[in-house]
Amino acid sequence: MHSFNLLFGPNGWAGLLLQGAVVTLLLALATVPVGFGAGLALAVMKSSRSRAVRAFCDTYTTFFRGIPDLLALFIVYFGLQALLDRLGRLISPDLHLELNAFLAGVIALGAVTAAYSSEVWIGALQAVPPGQKEAALSLGLDRRRVFFLVLLPQLVRIALPGLGNVWTILLKDTSLISTLAVMDLLRAAAEASRNTTEPILFYSAAASVYLVFSIVSGLVQARLERRANRGYA
Amino acid sequence: METARGLFGFIFDMDLLSTYGWRLLDGLRITLIVVGVSCGIGFVLAYPICRARMSRNIVLSNASLAYATLFRGTPLLCQLYLVYYGGGEIRPLLTSLGLWVFFREAFFCCILAFTLNTAAYQAEIMRGALQSVSKGQLEAAAALGLSKYRVARHVVWPQAFLVALRPLGNELVGIIKASALAAIVTLPDLMGQTRFIFARTFDFSVYLYAALIYLALTETIRRVWNAIERAFSRHLLIAVRVPEAARAPGGRVQGAKASGVVVTQSR
Repeated sequence: MHSFNLLFGPNGWAGLLLQGAVVTLLLALATVPVGFGAGLALAVMKSSRSRAVRAFCDTYTTFFRGIPDLLALFIVYFGLQALLDRLGRLISPDLHLELNAFLAGVIALGAVTAAYSSEVWIGALQAVPPGQKEAALSLGLDRRRVFFLVLLPQLVRIALPGLGNVWTILLKDTSLISTLAVMDLLRAAAEASRNTTEPILFYSAAASVYLVFSIVSGLVQARLERRANRGYA
Repeated sequence: METARGLFGFIFDMDLLSTYGWRLLDGLRITLIVVGVSCGIGFVLAYPICRARMSRNIVLSNASLAYATLFRGTPLLCQLYLVYYGGGEIRPLLTSLGLWVFFREAFFCCILAFTLNTAAYQAEIMRGALQSVSKGQLEAAAALGLSKYRVARHVVWPQAFLVALRPLGNELVGIIKASALAAIVTLPDLMGQTRFIFARTFDFSVYLYAALIYLALTETIRRVWNAIERAFSRHLLIAVRVPEAARAPGGRVQGAKASGVVVTQSR
């Protein structure tokens, strides 16, 4: 009863937790196009003819896959803020540009997700038979259409299981943003437990919400995979 | 020589390193201890969890499934908070059980949380590896009249070991990366010392030094692991030539996912 009141009573914390859960979900969803898109770009650029481009991509993925996600987020987050600050002062001495914490979080998470998903995309790129591209080119499609109409749909099908893994990682990595300045689910739980001195209740509540998110993600992923594989019985 | 030193000093802030370098090294020491202990205990715990999951007893297998879902489906940071702050909440109980000395220290809380977490992941890896050994192998071994122990020792384990090797290496790297979370609950590990130095100096480059140390650590393990894998699979030279991409998630080798082997991991 006591716990119930703490959560759902007149001054309950369930509202804050719910808001946090929404922020967590939005953070993850907003990162998907950034992270997966940049990952695909990295994967494509890794087979570039320019040595410098290839070297850059390799360094990028090695760096972000080799250091803790927390450290990567710190580096991107604080690095970005410092850069903006410097840019602002370049324009005018007392101009203080500050990046919105949510946006900075999306960029930071996107940088990490790009590195993880690029590996998945590379695997998928190598799995599409080269004949597909050749056939599409010989039909007279331009390079853009070859990529978006012929290769990408097949890539997505092959990459889906791997991207699903990366999505689960991303969903859990959003919790690291709570150590910065975003009021996500975990930070909401921390706030509630600081004010009530009942951390077990609130962290368990947060954990169960994360659990629901992961289980639902698994179901959605299975559905998407079934849909993508229709016609490949 | 002078120019070399000048160049080195240009890239690395020698003042910063000579003042705070020992802190980074001490942090690295703590990181290695935490990772070594939790990975070691986690490995030992993982085997019974994996056997429980594969057992025909419904209670056991469901309990093991629940354990895996719980620890793989929630962020490690949340688990760590639960252990660290939750331990403080039930302090009287823990004191009466004589466990408070243990939960009082961020060090032990981290080891507990990391161990439970990695045990869940390693158990899944072991299960995937054991199930990847084809049934025909077991039938053939049984037909030869080998005892249960011999079948395991000479037929199943050697094959499962090879399958599990790479994901286990990934898990070790994963735990090294995850161990940075310890800094959030005040443990002075490599990440914790880095944050301390940054708070003192406001010198952003200290994060880059820390990144280089972590990178050196994970890259070394990756290379050592590749060498180990090569050494143990000399008899399967063709398999070694399978391109890396084919083993990556989403590659042609779909068995990797079906067997529960998680290729990229993080918390």
